[in-house]
Amino acid sequence: MSRWKSFPKLLPGDWLISGLALAAVVVLFATLWHPEHAARLQIRDQNGIYATFSLAQDRDVLVPGPVGVSHIVIQQGRVRFSQSPCRNQYCVHQGWLTHGGEVAVCLPNRISLELLGDKKIYDSLNY
Amino acid sequence: MDDHRVARLAALAIGLHLAEAVFPSPLPGVKPGIANIVTLYVLYRFDFATAVWVSLLRVVAGSLLLGNFLSPTFLLSLCGTLLSLTALLISMHLPRNRFGPVSLSILAAFAHIAGQLLVVRLWLIPHAGVAYLIPIFAAAALIFGAINGMIAARLLTPVRNQP
Repeated sequence: MSRWKSFPKLLPGDWLISGLALAAVVVLFATLWHPEHAARLQIRDQNGIYATFSLAQDRDVLVPGPVGVSHIVIQQGRVRFSQSPCRNQYCVHQGWLTHGGEVAVCLPNRISLELLGDKKIYDSLNY
Repeated sequence: MDDHRVARLAALAIGLHLAEAVFPSPLPGVKPGIANIVTLYVLYRFDFATAVWVSLLRVVAGSLLLGNFLSPTFLLSLCGTLLSLTALLISMHLPRNRFGPVSLSILAAFAHIAGQLLVVRLWLIPHAGVAYLIPIFAAAALIFGAINGMIAARLLTPVRNQP
């Protein structure tokens, strides 16, 4: 304990700077780390963009592809593949997409779902 | 300014820099930056010019020893150091009786990450996704800046005042 006591005390300005820095860190976390809720769903098939839907509705979308018809469900601002004719069912197991920038892909049926927010975060899905 | 003194202090900073490089980091770029304790110490004990010499020698010689001279890592280190030296140049004029080494250390640490993120954003990863890293880097700058500043303050405490 005596070693700690020999540490010099912080000056008022040090507390001020520390407090301001802490506030800056909190503000940065609050502004840059809030997950962006998606507004729209973009469906692509083998020919490019198949359709774009608003997420403010509940509906089922049937998209035909090379293997069969994929069933896509839009519900409460989320979207998922509910049924797929593909063999491995990876797209169905991926589950709900909720945030902007999230992507689900069914490669056998050549169909992808992408959630679009107000601004596009990722642009990695290019062909 | 004494060349031997600069060389001795730079060697100390390089030693700390290398020792730190041995430890794995959870995220590239998040490091305690203990070599900056030497920069702060030099700034208080001697003058700003000596601090510039010591930290630039540390960046160049440290990168030569680690084998990343002129690599992106080196550029990140150099830009971070230049910005944190600028922050020190400005903040060393704060009143000494109110603002101690901890203030300067935190300000320099924030300037350091600002310089690094600038390089990352403009050159290495020109993508808005870099913004996700800013809060982590800022938190690391606050924590490590404060700790380094306290160690520097401890080193600068006159011996006769100690129990």
